[in-house]
Amino acid sequence: MSAVKSYDHPTNADRFNKDQSRTHWHDSALWFIREKRDRMANSLPEWETLRACASQIKSHTVSKLADYLEEFERNATARGATVHWAKDAEEHNRIVLEILQKHQAKRIVKSKSMLTEECHLNPWLEKHGIEVVDTDLGERIVQLRQEPPSHIVMPAIHLKKEDVSNTFHEHLQTEEGNCDPNYLTESARQHLRQKFVQADVGITGVNFAIAETGGFVVCTNEGNADLGVSLPKVHIACMGIEKLIPKVDHLSIFLRLLARSATGQPITTYSSHFHGPVEGGELHIVLVDNGRSKLMDSDDFRNSLKCIRCGACMNTCPVYRRSGGHSYAATVPGPIGSILNPLRDAKHHKSLPFACTLCGSCSDVCPVKINLHEQLLTLRSEVNRQKQLPVSKTMPMKIASWVFQRPKLYAWLGGIGKFFLRTMPRFLIYNGLNPWGRNREMPESPPESFRKQYAQRKKSQKSER
Amino acid sequence: MRVALFVPCYVDQLYPRVAMATLDLLEQQGLDVEFPEAQTCCGQPMLNSGCDQDALPLADRFLDIFSGYDAIVAPSGSCVSMVKNHYAHLVHEDARYETIRTRIYELCEFLVDVLKIESLPVKFPYKVGLHSSCHGLRELRLASDSELNAPSFNKPLQLLELLDGIEIADLKRKDECCGFGGTFAVSEEAVSCTMGRDRVADHLQAGTQVLTAGDMSCLMHLAGLIRRDKQPISVMHIAEILAGYGVPQ
Repeated sequence: MSAVKSYDHPTNADRFNKDQSRTHWHDSALWFIREKRDRMANSLPEWETLRACASQIKSHTVSKLADYLEEFERNATARGATVHWAKDAEEHNRIVLEILQKHQAKRIVKSKSMLTEECHLNPWLEKHGIEVVDTDLGERIVQLRQEPPSHIVMPAIHLKKEDVSNTFHEHLQTEEGNCDPNYLTESARQHLRQKFVQADVGITGVNFAIAETGGFVVCTNEGNADLGVSLPKVHIACMGIEKLIPKVDHLSIFLRLLARSATGQPITTYSSHFHGPVEGGELHIVLVDNGRSKLMDSDDFRNSLKCIRCGACMNTCPVYRRSGGHSYAATVPGPIGSILNPLRDAKHHKSLPFACTLCGSCSDVCPVKINLHEQLLTLRSEVNRQKQLPVSKTMPMKIASWVFQRPKLYAWLGGIGKFFLRTMPRFLIYNGLNPWGRNREMPESPPESFRKQYAQRKKSQKSER
Repeated sequence: MRVALFVPCYVDQLYPRVAMATLDLLEQQGLDVEFPEAQTCCGQPMLNSGCDQDALPLADRFLDIFSGYDAIVAPSGSCVSMVKNHYAHLVHEDARYETIRTRIYELCEFLVDVLKIESLPVKFPYKVGLHSSCHGLRELRLASDSELNAPSFNKPLQLLELLDGIEIADLKRKDECCGFGGTFAVSEEAVSCTMGRDRVADHLQAGTQVLTAGDMSCLMHLAGLIRRDKQPISVMHIAEILAGYGVPQ
């Protein structure tokens, strides 16, 4: 489906970095968003207070999630919605399909929902003869290209306008070589307008569900969620169980943080509130666990359930910016994805906690104060405990630890190492076996270690006295 | 005050000049400094590689070796943060640790917060580019970072600005990671080198003559790229500059 065939982040990142000018372009595009976010964050004196409040509200909600979910179900049901519970992706997909089949729906429009990506809803529905059209512009672009999104907020951020022009020329018969963004957007608009009109059912994600009201909020910049659920009579909203907040009063805190963190906008263009079905229609809300409740039991990783999927950790991550979303081979890439995916499937995603320099920028940019880089560090040992690290990685550490517990041996080996580094011919140091030396010089080796110099100095000071 | 000098293992072996500069600098301040010779490595490479069980015995011996001092000072934000913050993953309810984590300091933070030095008799007529090493920045909070909306401060910079004739280079990205990241530098070689080269390019556009940082590991990586690409930038640890050492030619 995607260009990425490997789960191994270093392999994929290496391929991405082969085209350095594109790597730099990708880095700059995301850094531009990060700087916009900084300007927005710095324009609010209460920014850090907002983060602290949001973090506390989310922590509290996660600690009482079962109660709030039941409260939400009660209130949503009272407003006429039908609430479904899905323990995993498979059950979620089955529920959605059953609703569609009940209405003999053949054409679906869907606004952006990372949850349905996570559950691989599209291929499942297509297998059952249902056409699903992603209506977010970026998502539609990657859908036409049969690629997964490379970013959770900007799904096509890895593509240049020339790429979009080629894709649209192929699928929407736009003029070949016309890269004018206005022209391309207008073409997508005409194409999507038809799909909206023909749709039998609209599917949306959920940004925030409010326990006390039973309502929920969907944020888009294109208004595609509103259009997608206004024309068809049936609306299916799919949400992870962590999307809940207790009160409507809390909403303003999250709406202020979300758009500023995500794209550096003061607010998303459309923050649409849904309270029950439209007249004569149906509203289905599918609450999905898919591994989330497992995280609730973990002191180390519970915090990651606070995530509001703003994508700020991706925009700030120096590794993400220089390796691209697809290099993570997962629906949610970047720092938060590097926690969520290995926790679900360490075997495949074991390289992700190591696709990180532990710089900590993600933790400071996160609007709900998830300690992302600390979790990534903790997760490394967790992946090792699950026996997912190769001996080639663990054995050197075992040996090093053994040596470091023996200061004399360490000093002796250090001396030998320095001697060889000084005297070995260049080809023995710089070859295929030394990834350090591919693009970098080794440090110049001094004749003596500090401890040796220190001992000599102490000796001469003593004899002076 | 009984001060212990904690020298990161790779600094001991590869950059003795940095450790000596730290010792000189502390002694210039009239301190009685001791280098406990049983010290080796704090265990960070093991913990960062997911081998917490191999880091544990090193944490245990570190706590033994460095107990009993009034202050422990190291020319590395990263290794200090390992002890101060991440030993909490390894040892639990350990009285040695509870004391040591309040007495261990990165060099610049010790000079600014404990010794409160306000002058340094050093002339350094160069344009200096300060690389803000991440662990010192975001785990020890040696300076405010660009992510948080908080009052601006910078302890390493505050010290550099005490020097006579110094000029500070103006970077486009003042606190982006260099891409070293321990074993990351090798396991993710491609991204690591792209990140490093981007940092070097920022320093080149800013006219940096001497590149400095609080961590030699970042500088080892950046110097490796600078030397390979033959860029006109000298590299010095901040301890070498503050101790009045000359620029290596």
